[in-house]
Amino acid sequence: MSPTGSGELQPQFMGDLATLPPHAHGNRSLTWWGMMGMIAIEGTAFVLAVATYFYLANQSPDWPPDALLPELLPGILFTALLLVSVIPNVWLQRVAEAEKPQPVRIALVVMSLFGAALVVIRYFEFPALLVTWDRSAYGSILVTLLGLHTVHLVTDLIDTLVLTVLMMTGHGKGRRFVDVAENAIYWNFVVITWIPIYLVVYFAARWL
Amino acid sequence: MTLDTVNRPRDGEWLDEVATRARLDATWGDAPGLWGALTTVDHKRVAHRYLITAFAFFVAGGLVALLMRVQLSHADEHVVGPDLYNQLFTMHGSTMMFLFAVPVMEAVAIYLVPLMVGTRGIAFPRLTAFSYWIYVAGGILLWVAFALNIGPDAGWFAYTPLSGPQYSAGKRVDMWAQMITYTELSGLAVAISIIGTILKQRAPGMSLNRMPLFVWSMLVMSLMILFAMPAVMLASTFLLMDRLVGTHFYNAAEGGDALLWQHLFWFFGHPEVYIIFIPALGIVSSVVSTFARRSIFAYPLMVLALIGIGFLAFGLWVHHMFATGLPRLGNSFYTAASMVIAVPSGVQIFCWIATLWAGRPRFSTPLLFVIGFVIVFVLGGLTGVMLASVPLDLQLHDTYFVVAHFHYVLIGGAVFPLFAGLYFWFPKLTGRMLSERLGHWNFWVLFIGFNLTFFPMHYLGLAGMPRRIYTYAEGLGWDTLNSIATVGAFLIALSVLMALINMIVSARNGPVAGANPWGAPTLEWATPSPPPSYNFAHIPLVSGDNPMWEHRERLQVLRGLRLDKRELVLTSALDATADVRDPSARPSIWPLLAAIAVSGLFLGSIFTPWAVVIGAVPATIALIAWFWPKDPPAENEEDDEI
Repeated sequence: MSPTGSGELQPQFMGDLATLPPHAHGNRSLTWWGMMGMIAIEGTAFVLAVATYFYLANQSPDWPPDALLPELLPGILFTALLLVSVIPNVWLQRVAEAEKPQPVRIALVVMSLFGAALVVIRYFEFPALLVTWDRSAYGSILVTLLGLHTVHLVTDLIDTLVLTVLMMTGHGKGRRFVDVAENAIYWNFVVITWIPIYLVVYFAARWL
Repeated sequence: MTLDTVNRPRDGEWLDEVATRARLDATWGDAPGLWGALTTVDHKRVAHRYLITAFAFFVAGGLVALLMRVQLSHADEHVVGPDLYNQLFTMHGSTMMFLFAVPVMEAVAIYLVPLMVGTRGIAFPRLTAFSYWIYVAGGILLWVAFALNIGPDAGWFAYTPLSGPQYSAGKRVDMWAQMITYTELSGLAVAISIIGTILKQRAPGMSLNRMPLFVWSMLVMSLMILFAMPAVMLASTFLLMDRLVGTHFYNAAEGGDALLWQHLFWFFGHPEVYIIFIPALGIVSSVVSTFARRSIFAYPLMVLALIGIGFLAFGLWVHHMFATGLPRLGNSFYTAASMVIAVPSGVQIFCWIATLWAGRPRFSTPLLFVIGFVIVFVLGGLTGVMLASVPLDLQLHDTYFVVAHFHYVLIGGAVFPLFAGLYFWFPKLTGRMLSERLGHWNFWVLFIGFNLTFFPMHYLGLAGMPRRIYTYAEGLGWDTLNSIATVGAFLIALSVLMALINMIVSARNGPVAGANPWGAPTLEWATPSPPPSYNFAHIPLVSGDNPMWEHRERLQVLRGLRLDKRELVLTSALDATADVRDPSARPSIWPLLAAIAVSGLFLGSIFTPWAVVIGAVPATIALIAWFWPKDPPAENEEDDEI
């Protein structure tokens, strides 16, 4: 006989779910998969933007056409600081996965400072390109590549700031450690994608 | 082990079924009235909206097509002028591709995937709700623009330089390009939800090799979306920037390249066709298995074929560009790839035939539409193989032969399966059966009308009739066939009207369906029709490929999820072993507010780049508010809700 009179089958209980934990880290977490999806989407956008750069370079008789090569100093500073930020970031991910509140708060503040400093340096990278977006297709793709990465940089900085505040409140426990750890993984993505973009923006036209 | 089921109530044999369901409904149900409608995160309600909206766009796009057919029914007709005609074919293609075909498949996924994998809700339910609002905003943008005579007129693929600032002044193309941003953002959001649901929320025991082919098809579709849609978003953003702030991506005079647009667009556009087609394959597999009353023949081969089509679809895009003068060797590669994709498609067709052959088929309306699909789609596939060869393509490029080809594959490959799915799952959605009699009429009128409309176009193309012409002179030998095609188009409209009447009448007066009217094997049929807000009173335990055929007396389930807070079970990605009890998000107004903020940003950026900067502020605030916990933190994480 159906439990609701709608032709449904009666349940037969075979086991218990009550003892399962209420959250877990890494690929046991649902949001980890969501983040990986975002990384796939944004990674594809980066790959296609870089492909666009080489496509345009390939179509053009001289590259860069009628423009100076970018100044290197702001990019070097940015890249150096970004690479250094990996160290506190790895620490942040570790303490978040170990669910230690105090070290997590400290590491979040450190990462927020790194993010803010990087955004400031990034501000000086745009003029250092020595070309504007409306000068030529070369300028268009160069500014776009840098802009695309900046969007990710700023987004992750905002995420980090929000999590920093959240972890200072009473909410800073349990599954929120998962959010912090995953945000740290996302930062790695921001770092890793920068390396090819850095090389393309500053060196592709020099070396090719 | 002692379990506290008083302070933390859970489902199980200690509570009777009626009380269990009442408590679950109190937890998972929406607030009544408008507030509930605006804040809902129930995947079934969101999917309902998607389905109705997508169907409305289907009708609107169809009416535009009828107008074009009237214009082309005779030589030198003057129902519409060239400018309006340009808008009509652009609106028709854009609406059918971006506002109907892809969203409707996503809608089917949003509704059915959580039910078929046996979970209480979709993954990231607020994201799914957000995706709907963004989608509908993009659709409204396009159609309001059209009503205001700023409808796009550069074709559904908006080739540069025609769509660039030099040849398309005004805002028409911008409306189109920004509609792309809306719909692709929405599509990407849905893809994330579907992937999360499939990989992490399958009922315990539903390992990947037991997953229904329908779910496999939705997984492949969603993965394809992740890698295809960024291309068109990038392409249309470049286009908007060329038009608004003077970048030169597509401007050959300043080092840009018009063909870059075609590469980026078709890198998305070709997979797009399969993003529409692959879910249809899943629908067909569900229908075939149910109506043949046996499992699908060669299941592993079918899964591999789905994945194979998904991969190969990314290697075909240049076959849209054979007429652009690319290197010959490159063309040969894409010819080969285009022919190779016929192999996994053929595997699918032969496995269905084998399934029907070995089964005891019942020829109800859904199966009728499936057979129609096979016939129409195979014809479209054959002309596809013809067009894949470069010499023939150069002759037929931009003629009605191509129009005939892609309507055979798209209507055959998507609309026929959708109708099959409509007749198959309508009882699940509404609790009532559609009329079989009207369903048969629906099928035959569509089948005859479709072939009457599009079969003559093969010949028209061979006879040299180009696409996208608003009229033609007498005496070219095109008149009769065009008149026949127009008659066919009205028959298609009649069949859609029949389906609409059938749905409206049957939703009230159709025979009551019960939980599993077709005796189908998958889990969506384990729950009442229509399903309750919480989908399943108890999480099913899966022990075979066809859960509803394994244990016909009782449904094997697991106890222990909370009744007083939204909770569902996460399982491991491959073997689906139960792993975590995860909270599921409650209703929230923030997805709607975030969608309004993001829509404002997109809309404003048609007119000024500063809209991106200024619009980012409310959008960021809305997204933070969406994420931020609303309740004071609970003493024990067990009791925290999100």
